[in-house]
Amino acid sequence: MSESVNETGGTGPSHRGVEIGVAVSIAILAIIGIYGSLQVGIGWASDGPRAGFFPFYVSLIVLLSSAINFTQAFLAPADGRVFAEWGQLRQVVSVLVPTIIYVAVIPYTGMYVASAVLITFFMRWFGRYNWVSAVAVGVGMPILTFFMFEVWFLVPLPKGPLEHMLGY
Amino acid sequence: MIEDIGNLFHGFAVVAQPFNLLLMVVGIVLGVIVGVLPGLGGANGIAILLPLTFSMSPTSAIIMLSCIYWGALFGGAITSILFNIPGEPWSVATTFDGYPMAQKGQAGEALTAAFTSSFVGALFAVIVITLVAPLVASFALEFGPPEIFSVYFLAFCSFIGLSKEPPFKTLASMMLGFGLGAVGLDQMTGQLRLTFGAEQMLNGFDFLIAVIGLFGIGEILLTMEEGLSFRGKSAKLNMRVVLHTWKELPRYWMLSLRSCLIGCWMGISPAGATPASFMSYGIAKRISKRGHLFGTGEIEGVVAPETAAHAAGTSALLPMLSLGVPGSPTAAVLLGGLLIWGLQPGPLLFTEQKDFVWGLIASMYMGNVVGLIIVLTCVPLFAAILRIPFSVIAPVILVFCAIGAYTVHNNTFDVVMMVVFGVAGYLMKKTDYPLAPLVLAIVLGDKAEEGFRQSLLASQGNLSVFWSSGLVSTIMGLGLIALFWPMIHGLWTRLRGGKKDMGVAG
Repeated sequence: MSESVNETGGTGPSHRGVEIGVAVSIAILAIIGIYGSLQVGIGWASDGPRAGFFPFYVSLIVLLSSAINFTQAFLAPADGRVFAEWGQLRQVVSVLVPTIIYVAVIPYTGMYVASAVLITFFMRWFGRYNWVSAVAVGVGMPILTFFMFEVWFLVPLPKGPLEHMLGY
Repeated sequence: MIEDIGNLFHGFAVVAQPFNLLLMVVGIVLGVIVGVLPGLGGANGIAILLPLTFSMSPTSAIIMLSCIYWGALFGGAITSILFNIPGEPWSVATTFDGYPMAQKGQAGEALTAAFTSSFVGALFAVIVITLVAPLVASFALEFGPPEIFSVYFLAFCSFIGLSKEPPFKTLASMMLGFGLGAVGLDQMTGQLRLTFGAEQMLNGFDFLIAVIGLFGIGEILLTMEEGLSFRGKSAKLNMRVVLHTWKELPRYWMLSLRSCLIGCWMGISPAGATPASFMSYGIAKRISKRGHLFGTGEIEGVVAPETAAHAAGTSALLPMLSLGVPGSPTAAVLLGGLLIWGLQPGPLLFTEQKDFVWGLIASMYMGNVVGLIIVLTCVPLFAAILRIPFSVIAPVILVFCAIGAYTVHNNTFDVVMMVVFGVAGYLMKKTDYPLAPLVLAIVLGDKAEEGFRQSLLASQGNLSVFWSSGLVSTIMGLGLIALFWPMIHGLWTRLRGGKKDMGVAG
């Protein structure tokens, strides 16, 4: 899918840059892992390896692999290949940000209300549906989901003030 | 052997109960829908639906889940052929000739060929499983902790050595999975590790959350790059086309057989369905008389990858059931499900849970038959789903992913983690870090570590325990060969004096 980027020749963050970034991020995770392993001990207790033994060496391998990946990415010639065009990234972020808000809001408003807002927003913003359709589907879906999960599957989902008011 | 045939028929009896049959049909329909929609792939779809099955008996649950699996396998072919969008990674090879066929107006032929080939491949693999699984299981009773660890070792080395992604990225991905799997309560010492005092980290990272995030949210983010529209060829599948294609297909029985074997072999080793489909396509292209026409819409170019992919996808269940080592991310999710239900895959499963195992195997036969029927009759319906505008489908998929993530542990923090995994999955996919080893490592990490530590415990810390018996040495040896395969292969080619002066082919 990223091949089409070169054909249209758009600009964006360089692939090489992102590769380096990913390698560094993974290396940071590895260092956290090493630190955490040291906290519980990585040596040998009387009854076998201590809790940190396995994660320590695993994190070490991650660190070394990331170093190699970093070096390979660093030494690769800058061939001008983009990670993604800015336009594409904008599209991705335009989905990511509402998702993040949606997830952050769930503990406070409950899943059903949050889902209704998300669906309505998407239909309105991206699909340019009129308010009637957007709200119809946006409210209809969670109601359907409510019956499917709460009543039929008997699986409780997070609820917020609205549901509490209705007595659930 | 006779006893196993008897067990199989008993399994059919279990499956034939009305409730289970209903679950089969529901499962397949859900599976095809899941396979057709982006972001809800096979592994992800099963991961989301897994918690819903907790209220069912394990046998019924696994029947439905495995039917979802078949459905997803079929569904991936629909989008590949009609929309040039591979619904699953292993459907990519199907787009090479499938979409051109659709463009030439031969969509019906392509779909029939794809579905029938999938059916044949899966059936072949199920027969292999029926015959081989009990053998492997009884064999696996000889396995002690060193042998168990060596099998995991072989599995992980195969990923590093045999996959087409750069080995150090595979290694990083896999080890990261182990690290993530280690977070939380350590089973052997009872200590909390890598939690840094955060209460939410107590349970560690559940593989289901990782799967939904990496494969689900990540996939959606990836799809968003291309914008919001699916434009595809419409397809009507009438009986005339189906019968006409069926008459054609037996001509390719050799190709089919070869693809089945490739598929089974790759499925049993952790390589999985994706390399199987590519390998089968590549070999078919080289061997076929019409090889030079591949890519323009040759029916052989659809038969080869589909047969292999389904044979591989199905046979990936063999090591999962008999040894507890999954051959693919989806098998890994199913394995996780088994563990949650308290079933221990491996030799004991065959002796202590006969109903379950043979019920599952019987459902594989029936599921494929039912699946083929459903899929041949309902293609226009499923294709129509993709016509629902993305602005409606995308948030609905997001909601279902969130619900799936939440229902695992009734924890909203998991939903947050899902998004984090989603971003990680997007970045990783784009920078060629393979996700399958990551998921497998999260699922298997604890068990592999347990095997490792128990072995070292028994041998007082002496690493030579992994070479102590013929069995374990063989498996470890195979693992090392797999690990260093690219180098070995390159050396071999060079020694034989390759035709062109090119050196390592990888």
